[in-house]
Amino acid sequence: MSEALRPKVEFLTHQAVEQIIDEAFELLEKIGLFVENEEALQLLEEAGQRIDRRHGRVFISRELVEKCLRLCPSEIKLYDLDGHREYLVGRDEIHFDPGSAAIKILDSETLREREAKTSDLVALYKLVETLENIDFQSTALVSADVSREIADIYRLYLGLLISRKPFVTGIFRVESLRPMLDLLVAVRGDEESLTEKPLAIFDACPSPPLKWSRLTAQSLIDCSRLGVPSELIPMGLTGATSPVTLAGTLVQQMAESFGGMVICQLARPGAPVIFGCSPASFDMRKGTTPMGAVETMMIDCACAQIAKFLNLPTHAYMGLSDSKLVDGQSGIETAMGATLAALAGINMISGPGMLDFESTQSLEKLVVDNDLCGLALRLVRGIALREKPLALHLFEQVGPDFNFLVLPHTRKWYRQEHYFSSVLDRDVYDTWLALGAPDIFGRAKKEVQRRLSLYERPELGRNKAGELRKIIENYARACGVESLPELPEI
Amino acid sequence: MANEKNILQSLNRAIVEGRPEEAPRLAEEALAAGNQPLEIIEKACVPAIEEVGRLWEAGDYFLPELIAGAEAMKSAMNVLQQALKSSGQSLKSCGRVVIGTVEGDIHDIGKNLVASMLRASGFEVIDLGADVKAEKFVETAAREKADIIAMSALLTTTMLNQKKVIALLQEKGLRENFKIMVGGAPVTEKFAREIGADGYGQSAVQAVAVARSLLAGGGGGR
Repeated sequence: MSEALRPKVEFLTHQAVEQIIDEAFELLEKIGLFVENEEALQLLEEAGQRIDRRHGRVFISRELVEKCLRLCPSEIKLYDLDGHREYLVGRDEIHFDPGSAAIKILDSETLREREAKTSDLVALYKLVETLENIDFQSTALVSADVSREIADIYRLYLGLLISRKPFVTGIFRVESLRPMLDLLVAVRGDEESLTEKPLAIFDACPSPPLKWSRLTAQSLIDCSRLGVPSELIPMGLTGATSPVTLAGTLVQQMAESFGGMVICQLARPGAPVIFGCSPASFDMRKGTTPMGAVETMMIDCACAQIAKFLNLPTHAYMGLSDSKLVDGQSGIETAMGATLAALAGINMISGPGMLDFESTQSLEKLVVDNDLCGLALRLVRGIALREKPLALHLFEQVGPDFNFLVLPHTRKWYRQEHYFSSVLDRDVYDTWLALGAPDIFGRAKKEVQRRLSLYERPELGRNKAGELRKIIENYARACGVESLPELPEI
Repeated sequence: MANEKNILQSLNRAIVEGRPEEAPRLAEEALAAGNQPLEIIEKACVPAIEEVGRLWEAGDYFLPELIAGAEAMKSAMNVLQQALKSSGQSLKSCGRVVIGTVEGDIHDIGKNLVASMLRASGFEVIDLGADVKAEKFVETAAREKADIIAMSALLTTTMLNQKKVIALLQEKGLRENFKIMVGGAPVTEKFAREIGADGYGQSAVQAVAVARSLLAGGGGGR
């Protein structure tokens, strides 16, 4: 049968895309990129770029950017812990992962935000393992009971013990990068196997406007050399750290991503790079950075459109909310973001579970968002023409009572044609009353417990535990951290 | 023995997994292997339809699987009842039910589901269809010596016609002859009590339990 039409959304005309790209090229040539990393500066110098050493500013030629763009793979493959399941990051494939690096969690009982603990992160990882519409894990919580020196690596260490799904992660300190990569190498067995089958993506965010810090530039270089994909995530705040117009912010963000991409390609030609996006429509009234604002989502979708025009894998921070509770607002903003991201064909969509301007994760929201992601995934599968004829033959089979429920055709297709949610309310009123008249949070709370009881630990995580423990212990000691937090029951 | 056990197991799976096209052949094979019809029903079919009900109540099965299970049960039972008849035996009916959607209401999906599940569970079912007048319920139940009258309604406007049937039974002095079950989307347990029905079920699977409980002399609510 012919393929279903994939519904799509675009925000820019072809001419607008080209104009934004052109201006981004010009920005890098005339204003330049601020690079705080000596190794990156050297790479750029060797590539013949003019450098203003005093200000750490590099003027990058259009020619070099275009050359590097041609080196970028148009799609990337990620693999799960066992290396069996393959996930394509590219074309119009979409994958959701939890919004990353929250410092707080919404307490299920008090409904107030509080510092996250290691046990919260363990529960979050286990829960995400059971969420069928969230393909990847992210190192989603920063636990307050772990020493700052090892906070970034400890999240990944814990994740590899618990999770089967690939990871989206990142570093807080330059020193952590090598041991974090060592953890991944240990899981795969050797460096070549990790290059061949990436298990994690490293986020790297330029500092707006137009700056790559020592930390993030180093992440780009070291990951690229190992073939570990880098996700470039510019974060302009309209009217504060980037131009107030959406198109103006797009120009800046593209220039920042181009700069990061060039560093990756100079470190290793052909390095896997994902063009990401996490801007915010800066709120001039409250001085806040709403991720659920419609303009934020428009910049996200447009960024992806431009990257797709350049045949690059894409990412955005969408499907999250600024609400402080799992409520109507969180549903509205998350559903709108997840739906738009899916319609824009964004490959990596980070956001589920996140509240309060990317600061707070919630297990209950993750479960609700799993359904919202499911709806979005269903939406973009479109309307398929399953059989030929489409319906005529059914009227011949159906009998005098026209009962479609008994048709094998019904049983064959209903689960593929229709999405079944786990927490959206579809009960009749009396059943709902009998269940205690629960709202979405109440249903999600129960569903979290049900799903946590289904979690099964992967064998490989168990087998590699000793080896991974050695890496983290050695690194902790080198950082002067004498004791690791007690490992909760997995 | 192993083979005999296998064939009963295959029949059981065909019903649980809802394969109505395979179930009759397997029932025949079970007979050919020397099993008594009653034994096949007790050991393979009844546990199978009970399993279907369990899977539905656990949320693993949705409507299409539930119906396919009931259809597979029905097709196997046709073969086995034929065999019982030839050997001069008969299956003890769990009870006789007259079922229909009440007057003014043409929705019969729910009613059909209940009828299928009752049949699959060993009840004799006389299905009057949809838009059934109160007189027809009463006449048929009296003539067929039914144990239960089961009424469905989907509309809030027609659910009151369930009460009409009960009133007519009282008027004719026949109310005590039958147990009365009601169901349908707008119908609640409270409503069932208010109109003087004996039992109410929220789903087709519950309807079977309610019918069993009513005929065993128990209450009919769940």
